[in-house]
Amino acid sequence: MEQLDQLVQQAAAEFAAAADGAQLEQAKARYLGKAGALTERLKALGKLEPEARREAGAAINAAKGAIEAALEARRNALREGALLAQLAAEALDVTLPGRGNTQGGLHPVSRTLERVERLFGSIGFVVADGPEIETDWHNFTALNTPENHPARSMHDTFYLEGHDDVLLRTHTSPVQVRAMLAHVERHRDAAAMPDLRIIAPGRVFRVDSDATHSPMFHQVEGLWVGETVSFADLKGVIADFLRRFFETDDLQVRFRPSFFPFTEPSAEIDVAFMSGALEGRWLEIAGCGVVHPNVLRFGGIDPERYTGFAFGMGPDRLTMLRYGVNDLRLFFDGDLRFLGQFR
Amino acid sequence: MQFSEQWLRTFVDPQLDSAGLGHLLTMAGLEVEDADPAAPAFRGVVVAKIVEADKHPNADKLKLCKVDAGSGELLQIVCGAPNAAAGMKVPCAVVGAVLPGEFEIKKAKLRGVESFGMLCSARELGLSEDHGGLYALPDDAPVGTDIRSYLGLDDTLFTIKLTPNRADCLSLTGVAREVAAITGTAFTPVAIAPVVDATDARRDIVLDAPQACPRYCGRVLSGVDARATTPDWMVRRLVRSGIRSISPLVDITNYVMLELGQPLHAFDNTKLHGAIHVRMPRAGEQVLLLNEQTVIPAADTLLIADEARALALAGIMGGEESGITLDTTEVFLESAFFAPEAIAGRARSYGFGSDASHRFERGVDPELARSALERATRLVLDICGGQAGPVCEAVVAEELPERPPVRLRPARARRVLGITLADDAMRVLLEHVHLQVVREGDDFLVTPPSWRFDIAIEEDLIEELARLHGYDNIPAVAPQGSLMMLPSTEHGRPVWALRHLLAARGYQEVVNFAFVEDAWERDFCANEHPIRLANPIASHLSVMRSSLIPGLVGTLSANRKRQIDRVRAFELARVFEHKADGEPVRGFHQVMNIAALAAGPVVPEQWGERARNVDFYDVKGDLEALFVPRTLQFTPLSHPALHPGRAAAVRLDGHMIGVVGELHPVWVQRYDLGTAPVVFEVALDAALAANVPAYAEISRMPAVRRDLALVVGNDLPVERVLEVLREAAPELVREIALFDVYQGKGVEADKKSLAFRVSMQDTRRTLEDAEVEVAVALLVAHAESVLGARLRGSGG
Repeated sequence: MEQLDQLVQQAAAEFAAAADGAQLEQAKARYLGKAGALTERLKALGKLEPEARREAGAAINAAKGAIEAALEARRNALREGALLAQLAAEALDVTLPGRGNTQGGLHPVSRTLERVERLFGSIGFVVADGPEIETDWHNFTALNTPENHPARSMHDTFYLEGHDDVLLRTHTSPVQVRAMLAHVERHRDAAAMPDLRIIAPGRVFRVDSDATHSPMFHQVEGLWVGETVSFADLKGVIADFLRRFFETDDLQVRFRPSFFPFTEPSAEIDVAFMSGALEGRWLEIAGCGVVHPNVLRFGGIDPERYTGFAFGMGPDRLTMLRYGVNDLRLFFDGDLRFLGQFR
Repeated sequence: MQFSEQWLRTFVDPQLDSAGLGHLLTMAGLEVEDADPAAPAFRGVVVAKIVEADKHPNADKLKLCKVDAGSGELLQIVCGAPNAAAGMKVPCAVVGAVLPGEFEIKKAKLRGVESFGMLCSARELGLSEDHGGLYALPDDAPVGTDIRSYLGLDDTLFTIKLTPNRADCLSLTGVAREVAAITGTAFTPVAIAPVVDATDARRDIVLDAPQACPRYCGRVLSGVDARATTPDWMVRRLVRSGIRSISPLVDITNYVMLELGQPLHAFDNTKLHGAIHVRMPRAGEQVLLLNEQTVIPAADTLLIADEARALALAGIMGGEESGITLDTTEVFLESAFFAPEAIAGRARSYGFGSDASHRFERGVDPELARSALERATRLVLDICGGQAGPVCEAVVAEELPERPPVRLRPARARRVLGITLADDAMRVLLEHVHLQVVREGDDFLVTPPSWRFDIAIEEDLIEELARLHGYDNIPAVAPQGSLMMLPSTEHGRPVWALRHLLAARGYQEVVNFAFVEDAWERDFCANEHPIRLANPIASHLSVMRSSLIPGLVGTLSANRKRQIDRVRAFELARVFEHKADGEPVRGFHQVMNIAALAAGPVVPEQWGERARNVDFYDVKGDLEALFVPRTLQFTPLSHPALHPGRAAAVRLDGHMIGVVGELHPVWVQRYDLGTAPVVFEVALDAALAANVPAYAEISRMPAVRRDLALVVGNDLPVERVLEVLREAAPELVREIALFDVYQGKGVEADKKSLAFRVSMQDTRRTLEDAEVEVAVALLVAHAESVLGARLRGSGG
């Protein structure tokens, strides 16, 4: 029996000494293989008396169990060691930068326009579009601004060579007229025309270029025509928009009497922030008003039955205020160091 | 318009400080652009008299003065001004005074002599740039009076930006009337009494164009001294209105214009011949104007003429030859009403404007001419002396502007404004601004005064109500409307999807001008007839662009100059071309395009990636990504902007929708771009179109893949090979895709080997080996016969 214990200890020691799987298998064969020490002893059992055989057999089997357990333990240890070694060898410098391309970005004014479209879209305004080379009629006449009207001198208009009646639109307001005509046509046979709610973002042009004026800039026109639309609604919509756009209630909105040929009453909209760099200063954001009855008539709409409001905002200005940009010209300069800041 | 607050307060004096008054004006629609103090802050300066002025004992250029500053004793003051002289009255800063710039006056010792104060020039008080010497005050200036009150320096200069509808506020009287109405303060108009005629000098007036000029008043003033001095109070008011003092007669006409709003003109009566005619021009006439410009008046320009010649452009500018000079002793003063339609736009067409035309084209009170003439007469007689002849007035009453009553429905006003103002409150507001209000049933009939040109329809009254009630008092409400969902189509994509897609692929959006240099259109678009601006802002911004590519090349060039090597930019914008039947504006084609440019390293410089510059296929891949799941076709293209061997027409369903290619090396060199950019430009419409996905059953049967390497001629486009293979493919072939292109060892120099993956599958059953082999053989045979292709590794 003592010999068996010794054998188990000896096997365990040899297994432990095995440095890899192959050495371990060789060691295993010396004990558990066909000619192994334990196998030899099992073979020798046949020579014993039944009672002694039973006793010796149990002892040998116990020793075999112990040797197999030692073998399995060593096998696990070797496997684990190999895995650890592999993992250690595969380790990366996780601080190296990730590979790949960079992101581009939208123009800052596009960011503004996307938000403007979404905010107005949330109360049912759809986006409308109009040409940038526009007829004099749509840009002025249909907007209640006949030839020689003093208001025409408020716009410094780009005209096209060889065309007296065609120009680069000076505002997005002509889209109002186009949208009204299309809306009326679409609902020509209906008893009641549904409300017309559009916004029209786009590029507009004026003969003006200095630190605060660009010969091309952006505008967003808004128009809501319906049977019950009022100036109070206009104030509500604009105030709501400005608070949503700047994501703050910390601002004041002021409507100031003004004049545009295509709206009456007309107002300039000023906003003042109650904190920050521009605290307390009134900043002009938009012009607006109740649509002039002549404009509704030009749009094919009965001004007795329907009223409407319209506004024209400067998204460039909104963008400057939103992001703290101090020079309008940066928007049209294509400087990637500037534009890249708005990703 | 600029004016002095002090002057305004002589007409109406509300209990408001300057800031409050400014806010009130702004909120009444008379926007205050600037409110500047008439003089900078200083204190302790009084009117003083130089009693003695002797030479300084120790300095040649200094004087030792004894000054009476009203304190009861004479002050000893050292002064360096060359004009300091005994008897002169000057501003004196006494010890303790603080001059502009926080400069405090202390007792001082100058070259050994004590000095108790400082005698001031206008510049030292911040009143002008004049530093020629001490500011000489009039002899009657009361000694000891604070100079600020003596000169009225505690004044604010308001500049208001008037909208074109409020011509009635282009005068102190007009603004005062408005302030009085809004504040409920009493309005004191200028007292004007007729001047009795002392001579019978007169001049007949003939209104030949009564529509344009229905009223003309004139008066001969004789024995006038044109060299008299304009009184200080008048000069001060003019200057604070931004008008220079010139001579008393000119000053008086300007003054009355500012005070009442009536432009006047003074002729030298001795230079006039016979009756005044207000008429349209005759052929060949010309007028030399006061601004020394000679104009040939257009047929629609109203003239003032006498029996000999044209004298002036009516309501715009007087003539040089008939104008007053300092030697004039006989004046013919004109005060007329010219219809706005007869004046509007005319001055601008000659390239200038005047205070008179500015007012007449917006509307001058047609009832004002006579009283303004009386006012001016009084001032001339008071300042320049002389006697007045009778007022000569010609009127064609039926051509004067009518002011018919306008119907106001209070209920409609409430509905349009969204307010609950009562009828009576409306009446009160309207009467405040001198509108006559008469009740008729539920409505009001409202008659505007002669000076209001902006009240002709109900909306004009609604606006007036809104303004007088106060925009601030109109509530801001959340509007009510019927809730209808907006369409959200899958048959198209929003432009924002494209923008974000390109941004995600590394492109930065830019916004370039729609007008570009002529040369860009010629070089990049071969466009010899671009749409030209009639009045470009600069020669390099003179034609409308027909392509977005040149602008992006400009973006590249500008950024390369800023040492940015890797540039990826895109723009979404309209392009413009002539087109006879263009829509929606005839003669012009104007559609939105989307264009992108990539130049420099394909990815930002980084570890673990081999550095290489972006090439055609990178950008083509970006373009294709914009159209997934639709597939584009590409065919070689000759394009003025692009490398002839590296340019393709982009087609979708057979229609050309744009171009892609590498910039032509000639332009790379000429525009100094360094490495060649790759660009694309396609029609936005095509990129926005999308299909609603339709489900196709997924086969459970195993797919079979066979690879096929075909050797073909080097210049055979892959697209053509694919087309031929697809023609021959039996139904079980699901997909044929290129996965390798090989040239080199084992392939002849003029050939290339194209490796295709052929995927085959049936939805219901497993494919038999035999039918797979038949299909492959079919493909190969067709490629061989149509393209002369050869299976690679099959010898030959």
